Amino acid sequence: MKLLRRVFPHPHLTLLLTVVWVLLANAPSLNSVVFGLILGIVIPFITQPYWPDRPVLRNWPMVVEYIFVVLWDIVLANVTVARIILFKRDADRQPNWVCIPLDLRSPEAITVLAGTITMTPGTVTCDLSAKGHNLLVHCLDAPDPDAVRDDIKNRYERRLKEIFE
Amino acid sequence: MTEFWEIVIAFFLIVSGIFGFVGSFGMIKLKDPMSRLHAPTKATTLGVGGVLIASILHALALELRPSLHELLITLFLFLTAPVTALFIAKWHIHRHETPDSLPPAGEDGKWATHAVEPEKDIPDHTAT
Repeated sequence: MKLLRRVFPHPHLTLLLTVVWVLLANAPSLNSVVFGLILGIVIPFITQPYWPDRPVLRNWPMVVEYIFVVLWDIVLANVTVARIILFKRDADRQPNWVCIPLDLRSPEAITVLAGTITMTPGTVTCDLSAKGHNLLVHCLDAPDPDAVRDDIKNRYERRLKEIFE
Repeated sequence: MTEFWEIVIAFFLIVSGIFGFVGSFGMIKLKDPMSRLHAPTKATTLGVGGVLIASILHALALELRPSLHELLITLFLFLTAPVTALFIAKWHIHRHETPDSLPPAGEDGKWATHAVEPEKDIPDHTAT
């Protein structure tokens, strides 16, 4: 078991790298699977010392749920933002800064949250506070900043907390 | 059957075209730089996503071969787009915002961009 741990320090990364390589080759042949596996074993082995304290994903069903929640939100938010851009006069729009206090502490989880906020249209992550306890988010049209904050905390941060912590 | 798939693929292409257009239109219409930043995040999500879904469906239904490396484009976009957006936003905060014009940063006092000591010997390009 210990030997297995040393050869595969990061099994999920091994799997991910293999899948990415096979997708890149775009032909699921034995060739690409074998080379993908070689990369998937060598890269985590070499990069292991540079990524101490990596997080363990605890809740895999939640990862799948999170991905679908985010994809669905992206589609909905795209339509909302398209309507704001096309039909709302620029003077009626209320761009706003929102400060989101974080309960998350793991840097990887905060990175995922910040990326999610940017990729869902209508909100962009702009900065982290000096010690990493708050996120600064810019909203394209937010008459009610508190609602945006609660929405992000309930939809994304709660799920990420279950995944990472 | 071919016709049905062609209609579905055309639908996704049109959706992506519309959102790509709205994204670029937003760059013209929105006036302040921070709001402009929102427009490209739209073009990269539904705009590119629609083309990729259409491409996957075309390969599967019409060329009868699986093709999933389009998913990688989505993966790489989701990895890179937030980073560039964050860099542009940080530049904006660095140049145009003061600690007073942003909401307070809770118990940390300052936002990370303002917490950095300003360099002394950088020429001032804003003074023109």
